[in-house]
Amino acid sequence: MKALVAQFRVELALSLRNGEQLLVNLLIPLGLLIFFSQVNVLNSTETDPVSFLAPAVLALAVMSAALVSLGIGTGFDRYYGVLKRLGATPLGRPRWVLAKFAVVVTIEAGQWAILIPTGMLLGWNPANGWAPAVVAALLGTAAFGGLGLLLAGTLPGLTNLAVCNGLYLALLVTGGMIVPLSKMPAPLRSVAELLPAAPLADVMIGNLALGKSVHGGSWAVLTVWAIVMPLLAAWRFQWD
Amino acid sequence: MVEVDQLSVTYGDLEAVKDLSFTADEGRVTVVLGPNGAGKTSTIECLEGFRRPASGSVRVCGLDPRSDRTQLNRIIGVMLQGSRLYTAIRPIEAVRLFASYYDSPREPDDLLEQVGLSHRARTPWRSLSGGEQQRLSFALAIVGRPSVVFLDEPTAGVDVSGRQLIRDQVRSLATDGVTVILTTHDLAEVEAVADRIVIVDNGSVVANGTPDEVLAGAESDQFTFRAPEGLDVVGLGTAMSAEVSEDEPGTYRVAVAPSPRTIATLTGWLADRDVLLGDLQGGRQRLEEVFLKLTSDATEEGADEGHDGAEASGSRRARRRNRSGQ
Repeated sequence: MKALVAQFRVELALSLRNGEQLLVNLLIPLGLLIFFSQVNVLNSTETDPVSFLAPAVLALAVMSAALVSLGIGTGFDRYYGVLKRLGATPLGRPRWVLAKFAVVVTIEAGQWAILIPTGMLLGWNPANGWAPAVVAALLGTAAFGGLGLLLAGTLPGLTNLAVCNGLYLALLVTGGMIVPLSKMPAPLRSVAELLPAAPLADVMIGNLALGKSVHGGSWAVLTVWAIVMPLLAAWRFQWD
Repeated sequence: MVEVDQLSVTYGDLEAVKDLSFTADEGRVTVVLGPNGAGKTSTIECLEGFRRPASGSVRVCGLDPRSDRTQLNRIIGVMLQGSRLYTAIRPIEAVRLFASYYDSPREPDDLLEQVGLSHRARTPWRSLSGGEQQRLSFALAIVGRPSVVFLDEPTAGVDVSGRQLIRDQVRSLATDGVTVILTTHDLAEVEAVADRIVIVDNGSVVANGTPDEVLAGAESDQFTFRAPEGLDVVGLGTAMSAEVSEDEPGTYRVAVAPSPRTIATLTGWLADRDVLLGDLQGGRQRLEEVFLKLTSDATEEGADEGHDGAEASGSRRARRRNRSGQ
């Protein structure tokens, strides 16, 4: 327990100290939320774009923390031999993974603690669907965290950096997080609905925006990703 | 107690370690010495549980490093070659973190003091000098009061005072009863800390014993002398019935025992040519000479067996490096 707590505290402190992580975890979601809720470039038919954007950005925050922050950070730890060094200590993989997971969830809680009041200040009036939203966030954390660890544990350091960032951008654009899925061409949309980002955003919007509902398969797709990606990561991850 | 028995390690077709055996005892510093690419790190990584032997066995305090890794990790401390750390971590954080992994660790502040990093306790790892990073890495290797410590090139890139500090610490580990296994290609290191020397070349042991034994083993079958550059080594060799080579400009090696008669022959030959003799060294050789001789012999044997010249050039590199390190 002592080792787990120490590992968690150090990894969290290192994440908070890292400027790039701060950018991707907080400044990007916050910037997108403020910018697109004030400037209606998306030509949204909503009465107020923030009612769509605020829950979508909560989904984006999960993706930032679990895919990009975890994936890139772990990729460099592996690249620099930190994971190999830890492999010769009594810490052990289960505690290492648990500490990583706890760090991601803590960062997400911090993101939401800032994004939710900001959204409400901008005029968002959330529906009372917090319990399913939190469940969805945890499923999203498993899905994106598994993906991030899979990339970090298989690709060389700089390739991993590029792929994590590229995937993040692609999923951000096609995930219904800024541009509603309904605005996309049908073929793109049907692909996007099978990726993890769009279902997560759909569940968030459906539960936290008034007058919305969750698209049928979203929970199912999200759950499948949340199970498959961590298993794949556990199977393929290389420690050095 | 560490036992390596007929260990072989392969990478694809390359046999990095071949039938290598040695033991390292408690309370002793065992130095595994050899040129780059000799198989030192592959051997150590088998002991640390990172690498699976192709054949043979390794035991650390009776444990199999692969199948008993959880127990192994509680009793060993390691310093990996060229290992890095979380780039933003501070030394005091790192030592406290690693201390948390063990049941009865050393006191982190005291340990930082011992490795001379108290004044850098809050400097991010990436801002430390190479030597400071190595000293931190050493501190992390011993924070858990290990029974066996593996130090892979512990003083590479460390300045003179840092090197002395690490060597003192290594000696005091042995005094406390720890089994220390240290790899290096730095001969001064060996002379400073070794209780036992295992010289490895081309993946095999070429010498194994206490420093006295290793030095005695190669005693007096050659000697060196200094004289002006460009002597006729072939002519001298004929006169002395032994091979003479000019290892460095003005430094000659004669492959025969320095008996009084041999020396008389040499001085006679030089006198005939009115050449001044300087710095005659016979008898017990310095470790460096033993090392170079052993590793280059092994290389020649390897070449005879039909290996290509890659290892030979590695050996030449080692020779140059050791010269420049004088």
